[in-house]
Amino acid sequence: MLDESMYREQIIDLYQNPLNYGHLEDADWTYEEDNPLCGDVIEVDVKLDENGRVADIAWSGDGCAISQASASLLTDAVKGLTLEEVRNFSKEELLEMIGVPLSMARVKCALLSLKVLKAGAYGMPDPKSLHQHIDDEA
Amino acid sequence: MLNVPQIRSDFPILATEVYPGVPLIYLDSAASSQKPVQVIEAMDDYYRHTNANVHRGIHRLSEEATNAYEAARAKIARFINAPDPAEVIYVSNTTEGINLVAYSWGRANIQAGDEILLTEMEHHANLVPWQVLAEEKGAVIKYVPFLADGTLDLTAVPALLTERTKIFAFTAVSNVFGTVNPVKQLVKLAHDAGAIALVDAAQAAPRMPLDVQDWDCDFMAFSAHKMCGPTGIGILYGKRALLEAMPPFQAGGDMIRRVTLEGSTWNELPWKFEAGTPAIAEGIGFGAAVDYLNGLGMENVHAHEQFITNYALEALSEVGGLRVIGPPASQRGGVTAFTLEGIHPHDIAELLDKDGIAIRAGHHCAMPLHHKLGINSTARASFYVHTTTEEIDKLVASLHRAKKVFRL
Repeated sequence: MLDESMYREQIIDLYQNPLNYGHLEDADWTYEEDNPLCGDVIEVDVKLDENGRVADIAWSGDGCAISQASASLLTDAVKGLTLEEVRNFSKEELLEMIGVPLSMARVKCALLSLKVLKAGAYGMPDPKSLHQHIDDEA
Repeated sequence: MLNVPQIRSDFPILATEVYPGVPLIYLDSAASSQKPVQVIEAMDDYYRHTNANVHRGIHRLSEEATNAYEAARAKIARFINAPDPAEVIYVSNTTEGINLVAYSWGRANIQAGDEILLTEMEHHANLVPWQVLAEEKGAVIKYVPFLADGTLDLTAVPALLTERTKIFAFTAVSNVFGTVNPVKQLVKLAHDAGAIALVDAAQAAPRMPLDVQDWDCDFMAFSAHKMCGPTGIGILYGKRALLEAMPPFQAGGDMIRRVTLEGSTWNELPWKFEAGTPAIAEGIGFGAAVDYLNGLGMENVHAHEQFITNYALEALSEVGGLRVIGPPASQRGGVTAFTLEGIHPHDIAELLDKDGIAIRAGHHCAMPLHHKLGINSTARASFYVHTTTEEIDKLVASLHRAKKVFRL
């Protein structure tokens, strides 16, 4: 028996041709964290627009097909969301987007990018003071 | 050579199916070995017929339990050629054995500016306890580098051993490269520099004959669970003079001679280091594991591993994009870590699992080693007394299938 349902076309496609892969020069925040189980690292860079919504996002790192595909799907999904919506983005929503059966250990791989994104988002001041900060700089 | 079909019938778990119609191919013995029925029955028999606390009771069962538990210690002592069973201290695993030395000997003997020599290929168990000690005492840790082929740079060792070096702690067999290190030579270099030597034998004890008197090491630690025994028990061997001079590691019952409200005096070796009710069934199971391996003959165990490893390295070399890390078969134990271009080790492990093949993927508790190689993780297949060439063939076939899934 070889059940490859976890490795359906979309996952392999995204693993081999990731979306939003790279770095942002002018990111509002950058956050990096590893999966202690395997030592894989994911970094997420986020740029917000004047309304405090995600204007651009990029991720980079090394990892398994699940963690890499998840990062592509997640970064695509949060474009245009507010900081608050990013903070509230649920695990269930991401797992549903990935849409393949995962063992407990692999759920951690799948959620690494979300953990990194949200940790960065929670480290940000709320949009109002962010604007204040931007205005001050201007 | 080993009678592998006979051996396989000793391991009940090898008859199980991982998924319906998919038999288990267990290639993860370096993480934890499977248990032969002789070990399982020895522990079962203890719980059914002899269960009682040791070193305490005057009653029949307590005496029988104590005798069995101490007889196991004597077997383990003979297994490593220790001069005296009192030099064999039961611990919960290799990690605890090394921590015992780092806490008890280390805190009494390491001072600010002293040096601790390790190697770059250590498991975290023989790395982190020394980092904690060095941090606390202001000591310095130095590392013997490994070369591109996964062997230690032996030419670097003499200069790294200075008059400030108090201990050289190193693994006998790398849990990633599989490299068999020249233990006797390294111990001698340590002694020549006035340092003591600790050997992490977690991967060596299951695979080859051990002789602490020939090696002349001062301490050696290993776990039962990687050598056909149960989890939760291992031993620390130490030379008597060192153990006598060391303060206890943990305090409580069993390790004392006399307790008053004003203070206590310590029990004699080995019990000075064994506080509280020990892992009795596990100790007895450990003894049964030693009996089992002695029955096979450790020379034969080692020869079988060499044979299988040789076969595996050749078979794996035919998989395009696969890179085995570490030295040739002649210099390694049955541990083979590799990378496969275009597939992450976790995905390799996941796809192999679907064929019933259990391997390990990750950093194998050796993050500095992987960091130096510039990779986060490897896949690791490890072989043991029950591994067959047919299983290696299935491993290779499954790797080809994994490549197909990834369109490689």
